[in-house]
Amino acid sequence: MLLALLVLLPVLRLLWEAGDATVLARVLDSPATWRTATNSIAIAAGATLAAAMIGGPFALLVGLTDLRARTAMTFALILPLMIPPQIVAMAWTHLAGSGSPILKPLGLAPPVGTANPVQSAAGMVLVMGIEHAPLVFLALRAALRAIPGDVLEAARASGAGPWRAVRGVVLPLCLPGLVAGLAMAFVAALGNFGVPALLGIPAGIPMLPTLIYRRLAGFGPSALPEVAVLAALIGIVACLGIATQTILQAHIASRLPGGARPLAPLPLGRARMAVEGIAWGVLALMVAAPLMALLATSLVSVYGLPIGFGTLTLAHYREVLALDQVGRAFANSVLLSGSAAGLLALLAVPLAHAMALGGGAGRIARAVGVLVELPHAVPGVVLGIGCILLFLKPLPGLGVSLYGTLWIILAAYLVRFLPLALRPVQAACAALDPTVEEAARALGAGPLRRLVTVVAPLVAPAAAAGGLLVFLTAFNELTVSILLWSQGRETLGVVVYALEEGGSPTLGAALGVIAILVVLAAMLAAGALGRRLPPGVVPWRG
Amino acid sequence: MPDSFHLDAVPIRLERCGKTFAGGARALEPLDLTIRGGETIVFLGPSGCGKTTTLRIIAGLESPDPGGRVLFGEEDVTALPIERRNVGMVFQSYALFPNMTVAENVAYGLKVRKLPRPERARRVEEMLDLMHLGEFAGRRIDQLSGGQRQRVALARALVVRPRVLLLDEPLTALDAKLRDSLRLEIDRLLRGLGITAVYVTHDQGEAMALGDRIVVMAKGRVAQVGTPREIYYQPADGFVADFIGTMNRLGGLARGGMLSIGVASLPWSGPDGAVELLVRPEDLALASEADGHFGGTVAAAVFLGDRTRLVVEPADGPALTVDTLGRSELGRGDRVWLRVDPARVLAVP
Repeated sequence: MLLALLVLLPVLRLLWEAGDATVLARVLDSPATWRTATNSIAIAAGATLAAAMIGGPFALLVGLTDLRARTAMTFALILPLMIPPQIVAMAWTHLAGSGSPILKPLGLAPPVGTANPVQSAAGMVLVMGIEHAPLVFLALRAALRAIPGDVLEAARASGAGPWRAVRGVVLPLCLPGLVAGLAMAFVAALGNFGVPALLGIPAGIPMLPTLIYRRLAGFGPSALPEVAVLAALIGIVACLGIATQTILQAHIASRLPGGARPLAPLPLGRARMAVEGIAWGVLALMVAAPLMALLATSLVSVYGLPIGFGTLTLAHYREVLALDQVGRAFANSVLLSGSAAGLLALLAVPLAHAMALGGGAGRIARAVGVLVELPHAVPGVVLGIGCILLFLKPLPGLGVSLYGTLWIILAAYLVRFLPLALRPVQAACAALDPTVEEAARALGAGPLRRLVTVVAPLVAPAAAAGGLLVFLTAFNELTVSILLWSQGRETLGVVVYALEEGGSPTLGAALGVIAILVVLAAMLAAGALGRRLPPGVVPWRG
Repeated sequence: MPDSFHLDAVPIRLERCGKTFAGGARALEPLDLTIRGGETIVFLGPSGCGKTTTLRIIAGLESPDPGGRVLFGEEDVTALPIERRNVGMVFQSYALFPNMTVAENVAYGLKVRKLPRPERARRVEEMLDLMHLGEFAGRRIDQLSGGQRQRVALARALVVRPRVLLLDEPLTALDAKLRDSLRLEIDRLLRGLGITAVYVTHDQGEAMALGDRIVVMAKGRVAQVGTPREIYYQPADGFVADFIGTMNRLGGLARGGMLSIGVASLPWSGPDGAVELLVRPEDLALASEADGHFGGTVAAAVFLGDRTRLVVEPADGPALTVDTLGRSELGRGDRVWLRVDPARVLAVP
């Protein structure tokens, strides 16, 4: 219970601040507030639609058909979600800009001097749509998995052809999953900072997270009361989305029996080659092309020159790695995400174990498990502003303020990423045979000894996977740290953003590529662990 | 079996132990039972009868409803959690620690008891030898067969010299052949150790073979407590009679010291009126028309090797199951005559 209170403190503190009537009235009266809120909601809705149009078809293909290399396809589709938004947005500006290393040789790049086409509302819709398509994909695929195979077979036995059976039976059954995925994509788009910062600010389109960032960066802590109201506004809209998603997911879980045989893949027949070609083609355009543009930008000697043997260089990598703030940021990000991952993996084991217990203790632990989801579900700015408000004044009893130190970022990470570490361990604990622990009890082992000698070793792979997911997410995180960083306490995400903003596109690209490589390495490690875990713990593994 | 393995025989007493689960479901009606020191008692019944709940109350994994008491010898252990009851427990799923080797599994309870390392090693080795597991000491659990796993589970439960051994369907997960051999091994072990043992099963064969006494349970109540022979030959009620073995039901009419079944009359000591009679298949015999009690047609003949089980349909009344010699050549449609041994007929009140 104490834990739930601790993780909810920043959000509660934010709501309290936003309740100030005079500030509330001033902010709500301002036309800028409403213009920005309307922008945010409209663009988030557009991005959600785009995510559905990408994630939906892929989920159906991977979940229902006999397409080959489905794990690889899933991995490729999920990649944009794993790469931080500011790097994806940066990659797209390099792909679509006038100096595009890919479009220019094809003669397709926009002329020099014109605005970058992705730095627009439509560009934000497209890039966030691609980023959040995996959320729709994963939710829909989970819903498809929950449909027992005999339902489809029964429909076919009644004389429906395979595609008619899918349309008539499978699609209606997985509709709640699709809507839950849409709600998740909407909340993610609403809270996204990296894409609006790199694509919206240059185009003069303010969104709520970027408005909050600019106010805070421009006016410092004196702007806090105002931005608290704005953050609360995002929080409230996001909560509507979260509620939709929670209700629908409970609905899915309750309506279908678990543990049944999964759907048998439908043969695509001769169309398989063509469908595979189209699917990989779309992935190449959506995922590979921008990443190639980023890579090319980072390797070309002078920004805007075509890439070739004469212009290929690693100089930007050498230069960027030699920068003081880059070294610091690497150290900070490794330290922050590493300690968050380690602490949360350790914390997740007893908490998840308590959640699997029966009786009163288990009920309390499960309630805590629901509450700790909130700081993860709400947009990062909500938590960021909440943390500033909470830690700006010196801590009671200690007399020091965490504001302006690394500790405030660590505190925010611990609160925000606890669910990422908890979910896999929770799944593993629920799958444990309860008699194993009863056997240890019969042999005289007390609760702590059982936790350490029996439970922890059995759920260790899941805790490690959870820790890796935390590391992966926190290592490049920008949304929270952009609000909480201070001179000398930069995170990697902040430095990538600052380089790109500060007019060093090649250096930004080089650092972005390095960050992606770290992400890929962590993903591969998690994938290797995933072989020993229950299905669903590592997102792209079946 | 070496003397060091002989364990104290602690009697167990259950006093008014009932169990009502949250939500009001009554899993167990208040139960009084004394288990003698060194006795093997088997709880037998269909699933949901309360047998596992009773075992878990003895173990300390569940507490009885208020008013119930569990006594080990003279000690009231009702308030003690399982960790402090010093019981050995064996589960259907083996419940071995998959992160430890065979020897580490067996040593676990001794480590908890802070035994010095040499003493620990000696006792683990002794126990592994007793269970014929010596060569597997360093193996991982997933390298063992089901039977070997259950022997490790037994070794782990016994090495701490528990006051009582509790076995929850320990053979159910094994295939038929292994089940028989491990059952013999458990029997040998329980007799040799002299430990008080509580064994839960839904398999009457296991119950008959292992139990000094059997507690037959149904719907949260004790239907009968008795030796295997008592349970088999003198079932307390229709449920026990039907649940244990195969039982035929015959309708008869008693009048003036005689009982008429079919065409026959037998001497009878009970009161007058309609009587329901119970007869085991082996207590019905084929007879000639002259000394048969009633006749019927063979509806099915099932060859079981050592015997042939006939289902005979009399002219009126329910079908009867009769065991005959394996070499019997009777088949479907044959007319037969049956004789009842009056001394072995049971009347159910």
